Amino acid sequence: MGRYFRRKLLIYGITFFIAVTINFAIPRLMPGDPVARMLSRNAVSNPESSEALRSYFDNLFGLDVPMWQQYLNYWGALFQGDLGVSIFAFPSSVSSVVLDALPYTLALLLPSILLSWFVGNGLGAMAARNKLLDNTVLPIGYLFTAVPYMWLAILLAWTGGIILGWFPVAGGYSFALLPAPTWTFFVDLVQHWFLPFLSLFVVALGGWAIGMRNLVIYELESDYTNYMQALGAPQRLVRRYAFRNAMLPQISGLALQLGVVVGGALVTEAVFAYPGLGSLMLNAIQNQDFFLLQGILLFIVIGVLLFNFLADVVYVLVDPRTRLGLEGGQS
Amino acid sequence: MALQVEDLRVHYRTMRGDVRALDGVSFGLEDGEIMGLAGESGCGKTTLGKSLIRLDGRMRHVGGTAVLDGEELPINDDKAMNARRFNDVSIIPQYSMSAMNPTRKIGKLTADLLRAKGKSYREVKPELVRRLELVGLSEKVLDNYPIELSGGMKQRMVMVLSTLLDPSLLIADEVTSALDVSNQKAVAETLVRFRDLGFVKSMIVVTHDLSLVYQIADTIMIMYAGQVVEKAPADTIIKSPSHPYTQALIGALPEVGLEYGDKRLKSIPGKPPQLLNPPTGCRFRARCPLAHDRCAEEPPAVQIADDHVASCWKVES
Repeated sequence: MGRYFRRKLLIYGITFFIAVTINFAIPRLMPGDPVARMLSRNAVSNPESSEALRSYFDNLFGLDVPMWQQYLNYWGALFQGDLGVSIFAFPSSVSSVVLDALPYTLALLLPSILLSWFVGNGLGAMAARNKLLDNTVLPIGYLFTAVPYMWLAILLAWTGGIILGWFPVAGGYSFALLPAPTWTFFVDLVQHWFLPFLSLFVVALGGWAIGMRNLVIYELESDYTNYMQALGAPQRLVRRYAFRNAMLPQISGLALQLGVVVGGALVTEAVFAYPGLGSLMLNAIQNQDFFLLQGILLFIVIGVLLFNFLADVVYVLVDPRTRLGLEGGQS
Repeated sequence: MALQVEDLRVHYRTMRGDVRALDGVSFGLEDGEIMGLAGESGCGKTTLGKSLIRLDGRMRHVGGTAVLDGEELPINDDKAMNARRFNDVSIIPQYSMSAMNPTRKIGKLTADLLRAKGKSYREVKPELVRRLELVGLSEKVLDNYPIELSGGMKQRMVMVLSTLLDPSLLIADEVTSALDVSNQKAVAETLVRFRDLGFVKSMIVVTHDLSLVYQIADTIMIMYAGQVVEKAPADTIIKSPSHPYTQALIGALPEVGLEYGDKRLKSIPGKPPQLLNPPTGCRFRARCPLAHDRCAEEPPAVQIADDHVASCWKVES
């Protein structure tokens, strides 16, 4: 098993290296010049001071050295935990900008992914053994998964925010409030959080429910189920076995889903103008903020790799077939 | 008599109508009898085996009874049947290789199944271990997952598991099909040993391997198109069969020691009839060399000897 994990770690290491390299390259391949943009934003008309500012910024962002030097500097800074300075939110550091947005994204995605996973698996497993439930859960599930995120988000914002007026349609909290550990602010946060959460929850729910239903049905038709039933095992036991085995792929599916958590739900956050990582990424792209974009992508890469690795570990732990395959079962 | 089946009718539901897989099957099984059940594919062998323990979703019990040890088997009532399964009737399935839950240790699986029958695993365990040793498995397999066992080991494990509660009737459904020849022999001998040691009272061995079943069975029953055509002691079926179908079936087997050279083995011309709309009268009629006008009527079950029945107009008692 040690060999397996060493090999996995090596593969993840290589993937990380390549991802970081691409991460470095992509913003620089985008058309446009971020410093020129900054200068024009600051409306510096005097050519001399413009030139001075330019060299100052180039030096500050490390753009005044050849590309290969930039690349090496990038790696060096990375290992010191320095992600550079944001251009769009100048002069805040990339780390602080990302860390400001991260709680919003996590608060939005973690509950929606986890809850939809629990509820979806429960619904799916029940649908697998109940004709009536199956005939309702399945079509609704298909409808939910097939719905595009942004369309549902717009629909929810329209009904919940405009028509019913129960929820605000944009922002992480009211513009009238300042972040403070008060009850009013917390209620306001939850109100803003609810609609984006609901849209993500509903779309993911259908997928989990359909997947679980199919997996359970497959298990209930397997040979071992037949054998148990022929030996007069009670329905409860048969279902327990089927449910446990059907859960295995769902567990690794959850781990993979959690991997993209840090990437945020760009489209949902954009629709609701929610101040998470997704919105931040959009801003970074629009403002050609190399460093911020790199920082966010790095977070995503690390998240995906980490949770993929976690999925590998979890799968080995929960499924004896994988575990024994690695140990080399006795014959 | 351990098992008495009377006029059993089981149909399969299909889009085009009912397929009459079992159409009036009657036979008896003595205490301690091992009966080989043979016939072509699709003649109803497996359906008969399944009907006696658990109908699957597409099967429908249309009529007839099966009485085991003086008590009728509630074939139609899945819940009531549960009390008899494993305790009184048990099965070694066709798919022994995949019969055990792959993610549960074999010992735990056994404990779960026993608990469902109100038995304590701890009390049964000494006997279980004794039986495992009897088939050449060590106690350690109970701590293994099924994937850690070889195919032959899994087969033997399932054999021990299925017979753990000393059922009165055991259905062995094509148990040797997936094994190599030496394993086939070992499995067949184990079945006989289980009967001799009293683990099972009587046994139905479903197979299409007549030569294998001849070695272990006391009697052989031949089925054709959902009906019983002949039942007799194994020797009689192999050496002096009465029904033309049995004769043709035996005639198609190669004999050891004979030089066939360029000669081809005899096969039975034609195909078995569709069971969606079976022909009236004798179902073998279309392929039978002895067929005559009378065969358009349902043939009687002729008692040729005490333990020999054949359904044909041409045989005489």
